[in-house]
Amino acid sequence: MKAQPIEAVFETRGLTKVYHMGEVQVHALRGIDLDLYHGELVVLLGASGSGKSTLVNILGGLDTATDGRVLYRGTDLTRAGERELTQYRRECVGFVFQFYNLIPSLTALENVALVTDLAARPISPLEALQLVGLGERVHHFPSQLSGGEQQRVAIARAIAKSPQVLLCDEPTGALDSETGIIVLEALDRVNRELGTTTVIITHNVVQGEIAERVIHLKDGRISEIARNERRSRPSGLTW
Amino acid sequence: MRGQVVAIGLVIVAGVSVYVTMTSVSNTLQRTLNLYYREYAFADAFASVRRAPEPAAERLRRLPGVAELETRVAAIVNLEIEGFTDPVSGRIVSVPEGAQPRMNRLFIREGRLVEPGREAEVVLNETFAEAHRLRPGDELGAVIAGRRRTLTVVGIALSPEFLYQVQPGSLFPDPERFGVLWMGRSALETAYGMAGAFNELAFTLAPGAYGRDVLERVDRVLAPYGGRGAYLRDDQISHSLISEELNQLESMALLLPSIVLGVAAFLLNIVVSRLITQQRDQIGILKAFGYSDSTVALHYLKLVLVVAVSGAAVGTGLGAWMGSAMAELYLEYFHFPYLAYRLDPGVVFAAVALAGGAAVVGAALAARRALKLPPAEAMRPAPPASYRATVLERIGLQRLVDTPTRIVLRNIERQWLKSGLSVLGIAGACAILVMGMFWQDAFDHILHVQFKIAQREDLTVTFTEPTSAAATSELRSLPGVQHAEPFRNFAVRLRNAHRSYDAAIEGLAPDPYLRRVIDSDLNPISIPEGGLVLSKNLADILEVGPGEEIIVEVMEGRRYERNVQVVAIAEQFLGVGAYMALDEANRLAGEGDAVSGTLLMVDPRYEEQLIEALRERPRVASITSRERTMASYTETTAEMLLVFTFVLSLFAGVIALGVIYNSIRITLSERDRELASMRVLGFTRGEVAYVLLGEMAVLVALSIPVGLALGAFLSMLSAASLQTEMYRIPVVLGRGTFALAAAVVLISSVLSALLVRRRLNRLDLIGVLKTRE
Repeated sequence: MKAQPIEAVFETRGLTKVYHMGEVQVHALRGIDLDLYHGELVVLLGASGSGKSTLVNILGGLDTATDGRVLYRGTDLTRAGERELTQYRRECVGFVFQFYNLIPSLTALENVALVTDLAARPISPLEALQLVGLGERVHHFPSQLSGGEQQRVAIARAIAKSPQVLLCDEPTGALDSETGIIVLEALDRVNRELGTTTVIITHNVVQGEIAERVIHLKDGRISEIARNERRSRPSGLTW
Repeated sequence: MRGQVVAIGLVIVAGVSVYVTMTSVSNTLQRTLNLYYREYAFADAFASVRRAPEPAAERLRRLPGVAELETRVAAIVNLEIEGFTDPVSGRIVSVPEGAQPRMNRLFIREGRLVEPGREAEVVLNETFAEAHRLRPGDELGAVIAGRRRTLTVVGIALSPEFLYQVQPGSLFPDPERFGVLWMGRSALETAYGMAGAFNELAFTLAPGAYGRDVLERVDRVLAPYGGRGAYLRDDQISHSLISEELNQLESMALLLPSIVLGVAAFLLNIVVSRLITQQRDQIGILKAFGYSDSTVALHYLKLVLVVAVSGAAVGTGLGAWMGSAMAELYLEYFHFPYLAYRLDPGVVFAAVALAGGAAVVGAALAARRALKLPPAEAMRPAPPASYRATVLERIGLQRLVDTPTRIVLRNIERQWLKSGLSVLGIAGACAILVMGMFWQDAFDHILHVQFKIAQREDLTVTFTEPTSAAATSELRSLPGVQHAEPFRNFAVRLRNAHRSYDAAIEGLAPDPYLRRVIDSDLNPISIPEGGLVLSKNLADILEVGPGEEIIVEVMEGRRYERNVQVVAIAEQFLGVGAYMALDEANRLAGEGDAVSGTLLMVDPRYEEQLIEALRERPRVASITSRERTMASYTETTAEMLLVFTFVLSLFAGVIALGVIYNSIRITLSERDRELASMRVLGFTRGEVAYVLLGEMAVLVALSIPVGLALGAFLSMLSAASLQTEMYRIPVVLGRGTFALAAAVVLISSVLSALLVRRRLNRLDLIGVLKTRE
């Protein structure tokens, strides 16, 4: 087992988010206190509406909190403006989404290059694609790739700029289990080889086994934080 | 979708309102004109003669094909109006004392007709009276047959014969300097020694008579008396100018709305296509529930029909309003006695049908594709769009473009048809502008060529009849005259095989300094010996070229024919011209060494004094000033052109805005997911805007040259279609025209971009991540 990471990448205190949907107020987060550490792989588990996506969106600078604080390496994200958040996403965060969100008019390689063009210390797009096992299909357009392949391009795109954190919102949600495992393997490998702090959202309990910590959310609150004694390899999972 | 629907609605409003305005005005004018002609007995044909005895009229009345015939005495006179120093000339036409003429009756706006025995009474044409604020009871001076007379205005009238009152030899009305007056027949007969004789006649044709044949018979009867050739209503100057105006209106009423409504159809097509793509799953569900294709199609058709019909309704209202305003303008311009603007139900129906038709065609093409899908497939999300590398990249230039630019180029290339139509739509707007402003450029060019290069005299003095060449030397010696050049003109009929044209041959000094004949490169040419120089349009009418011979029938005095060679073709935009060296012209006319008038270059300090002195001379029939001719030309055309150009610019702006705004909105809707993803990945608002607006920028950049070229082409087309014997319209497009057309498109683009930019800044970054298209 590797040593306990010390440095906290994210610190949230009393994080609250209230949505106003017409006349109704939705309390998506009700005071989250959480620290995420450098290099760890965390799985966020919870039912629909438990607040996992909201939490990740705020961590990723896509959404702002109603109350409470989020510190990213000591910088208060809740005080950042539109411009700073864009800069933060550009430099520090890699995203992977359920529906891949690739640019259909760009090839796999170009989708990755789109991001590396912006980054300060990128790894080469080809290398990133090789890391997710797509070295052979770099010149294919999204419409020519399967769902799993598209998701792996998305992962390559997320990691190619060497982000500090990788935020994945249901990366296997649209995939069958076999493809899902391939995708998880890619994420696991990136985390191990590059040491990127990785947060994976899922409602698939089994996937929690690949994490160092599994954080359960319920009704906008953390209901449980479980630490795995041993991280499982994704290839060993079945669901 | 509200913004887009409004934008499309505006385009439809623009198209329908132009259609309704122009068609209703054109119909109203045509109807008014027909009614006016009928009620005031506008003659079918006219003739003039040097002097024919009244019994000759009896012979003419008996000619087959002549229904009714009326003779009269007419003359060109110099007029003097108190407080107005410019030369003024008038055409005096006789009317029976105390009664209306049988043909070309007068509409008395104010006062009364001339009474018997009152020799000094005149009725004035309204435009002329208005220009000088003359009312019944006022007086004006006239030099009639060399004698100065004081005339009393007793009435103000209008006549179907002088809707346009244009001085002979001029092409534009100048109501301050030329007017029509009616005077008692016996007073004129006495003044001109025409007792029991006439020098003009008007007649109507018997039903079924062939006009040209009747003209020939009339000409034969009048020939011994110095007949100058009979002509039909179509060649009557007022009628031909007004017909031209109506033709212009009619062709514009068709061309412009077609372009605009075509654009509207395209816009509805792309919006409905997009809507159907977005509602693909709903269509699938409806079909799965058992709704038929036609029910689903009807739903979308209803939607576009609502837009089209509302657009047509607003456009019709706007068109009716603009039409009545424009009719008012025409009423003032032409001086009709009445003008009842009416919007025919047929026009309204056609407008709604056109707008609806454009909308249905646009939408039907879009809906067809969606309806072909089986329900199960429709309910599944659409597969990701297929792309490929662009031509630019396939030929190895991919290094030249960065990744965001590749997105732009590939999107354009993938939807090449839509991109192409967008380019065409924007280019259409640009072209309409070019075409609108082309008229200004063309008229400026005509003005420059006619009045700066070809005609350089300050004053043209015309004598009452051909005079000895000594007259020119005499005028040359008057104070203030810097240069004087004689000219000789006489009426001829030019014939080449079955083609013939009535014109005047103008004899000019060998190397004229003032009145110059120019070639197609606008260089003055000296008139070669041994033949005629024809203006390009006259050569076209007669179908002759240099070196060929035509028959010249001299229509003045003793009539005879000669074969004359055409030696050169001259450039001339206004009117037709046939030129000859002065001495040769005189030999042809057979009246010795004579001149019809003299062109003068004048020291401006002496001009007023000189005009005064010229007016005193009994043999001077008229004095016209080039400066004034130019000014009247500019005045008559400028106002109409300005209104026309303004309206066109407005519509072109609406079209450009409609196409560009809609295209960007559609693109935004198609790519919001992609653009939001880029924002999530850390692209700034500006970088994302580049991808969205870059596509539009490329299309706009392509459309401007296409639009300018298309505009030049349409200008050429409209110049050709509106070309008449009176005008040859040069296709000249100024740099300013192109610049302004491009500027309107660019401004519309910037405006659209700003409108969309707000939406772009409000992209829902989270929403797009949770859904798939």
